[in-house]
Amino acid sequence: MSENVLVKVNRPLHWFAVLTAVFTFLLLGAGGLVTSHEAGMSVPDWPNSYGYNMFLFPPSQWIGGIFYEHTHRLIASGVGLMTTILAVWLWLRDSRKWMHRLGLAAFLLVVVQGVLGGLRVVLADAQLGIFHAIVGQLFFVLTAAIALFTSRFWQNLQTGRTGSPLPAVGAHGVARPTETSLRTLVLLTTILMFCQLIIAATMRQQHAGLAIPDFPLAYGKIWPDTTPAAVQSYNEHRLNVIAENPITAFQIVLQMVHRLVALAIFLLTVTCAWQARRRLGKSDPLAKLALFWLGLILAQILLGAATIWSNKAADVATAHVLGGALSLVTGALWCAIAFRRSAALPEIAPATTISGAYGGAPVLAANK
Amino acid sequence: MKKTSLVLLITALASIPAVRAADIVGTVTLNGTPPPEVPYTPLMNDSTCGAMYTTTPTTHFYVVGPDHELADVIVSLKGVAGKSTGASQPPVVMDQKGCLYQPQILAIQTGQKLVVRNSDPCIHNVHCAPAVAGNPESNQVQMPGGPDLNFAFSQPEMFMRFKCDVHPWMFAWVSVLDSPYYCLTGKEGKFIIKDVPPGKYTVEADHRKLGTLTRDVEVKDSDVTVNFSFDVK
Repeated sequence: MSENVLVKVNRPLHWFAVLTAVFTFLLLGAGGLVTSHEAGMSVPDWPNSYGYNMFLFPPSQWIGGIFYEHTHRLIASGVGLMTTILAVWLWLRDSRKWMHRLGLAAFLLVVVQGVLGGLRVVLADAQLGIFHAIVGQLFFVLTAAIALFTSRFWQNLQTGRTGSPLPAVGAHGVARPTETSLRTLVLLTTILMFCQLIIAATMRQQHAGLAIPDFPLAYGKIWPDTTPAAVQSYNEHRLNVIAENPITAFQIVLQMVHRLVALAIFLLTVTCAWQARRRLGKSDPLAKLALFWLGLILAQILLGAATIWSNKAADVATAHVLGGALSLVTGALWCAIAFRRSAALPEIAPATTISGAYGGAPVLAANK
Repeated sequence: MKKTSLVLLITALASIPAVRAADIVGTVTLNGTPPPEVPYTPLMNDSTCGAMYTTTPTTHFYVVGPDHELADVIVSLKGVAGKSTGASQPPVVMDQKGCLYQPQILAIQTGQKLVVRNSDPCIHNVHCAPAVAGNPESNQVQMPGGPDLNFAFSQPEMFMRFKCDVHPWMFAWVSVLDSPYYCLTGKEGKFIIKDVPPGKYTVEADHRKLGTLTRDVEVKDSDVTVNFSFDVK
């Protein structure tokens, strides 16, 4: 992905890419509301809506679950159109061949996502709902990445002209070591977040409500009893108005895995933020982004707890979905920026000590 | 000679015990205190559905009488299959009224027609989600006052789920049995399985939340009584 040619930034294209990413985020929220309100099958036909052309379905009929499912389809159509425009615009106006391919990939992915959503309804297949949720997250990462790659900030990474000067040295005058291990740590954390999203999508498509009704304990214990007799007892006492299915031992274990992975992600993002600050200095944009990432994870943990405490209130559960999406995108963009910077900067020998105040000479000057 | 043969034949026939079907009767009860029913809050929050009620309706997961009689239990002969008379039985009607299925628990035979009606002033979708292969899943629109939807199932299945995704609190559970030897208990908790041929059977009682109990019985030439008592764990 390295590009040694400076590209003139197309500001309208960049802002359109940002708008596409923002609408994709809203679409994720709309989709989250569909699942949270158990409305995924409320419009039995596709691509029509109750026999109407989707765009002509009377608003007076948008009742109950139909409102969430139908508005989700309308927003998806808008995002599909924006993605098409973006792909064409990139093809015509961006000189980087890899950006053409990225635009094409976004177009193909949004088509796949639309078909997945339609088939989920037409075939009444909840398993397809899991894939639809996962592809939606990946598509959001892609649109956010395109927004980043069309930005002036990205171009400045190539030249070293970032908003904050890239310090050749770290804190206390010690030379900044290579970021390879830090990049790897952030990449692995991001991958773990993606795995967590797969677990979460699987949980949500069980349509069984809350498998564990309390937090931080689970049925009053650190690890819940999942014997058949215990699960039977849970189901006997569990009166849920909108949960379709009884809970199973598998679902209980799945939620416990989700909690444990969340703990692992928290510890990893703490480590990432600490290491970024220590190795890059607190003024470095990547150190700031890592701190923001940690803040997101803390908010996400609170939202997860609130989802349970509110008995899976639809708006809270959907906010938790969006928090997960933002966390994934933040990690992905951090990695992209870090890899881009490393490609533009030389490796610095870790043993080198430079006297003087924090800051030192700019990187480009040192390269010259 | 002929007269003698005839007398002998009649005597022989008279000595054979008469084969007579009998009924299996009983009562189902619940020990312990079930959890309190919950209000249909989402129903009341819906402008069309909520307008049909003056007070918030509650769920009916456990319908228990004053003497612990338990309703909505399907009592049937386990393992008796291939005896369905469903095709010749009258259809069973399930209505959507007040944005709730009525009744919520019912039982039919394989091949018997199930009629789903929409008596509400709003759209419902009738989403039938069987778990047994051979019973087709379907999701159909039903406009207010629109034509009835007809269903029939070829495979036995307990508590097959029907739901409306427009109104996500709407559920019904239809059990499909492959013989006429079953009964759904009412508020009195009583059941009668009629005209069971003599033999040894396992009688099974199924409740959607409480699970399954079984009893072994032998039907001879008189009615058999068997009672079931579920426990809330």
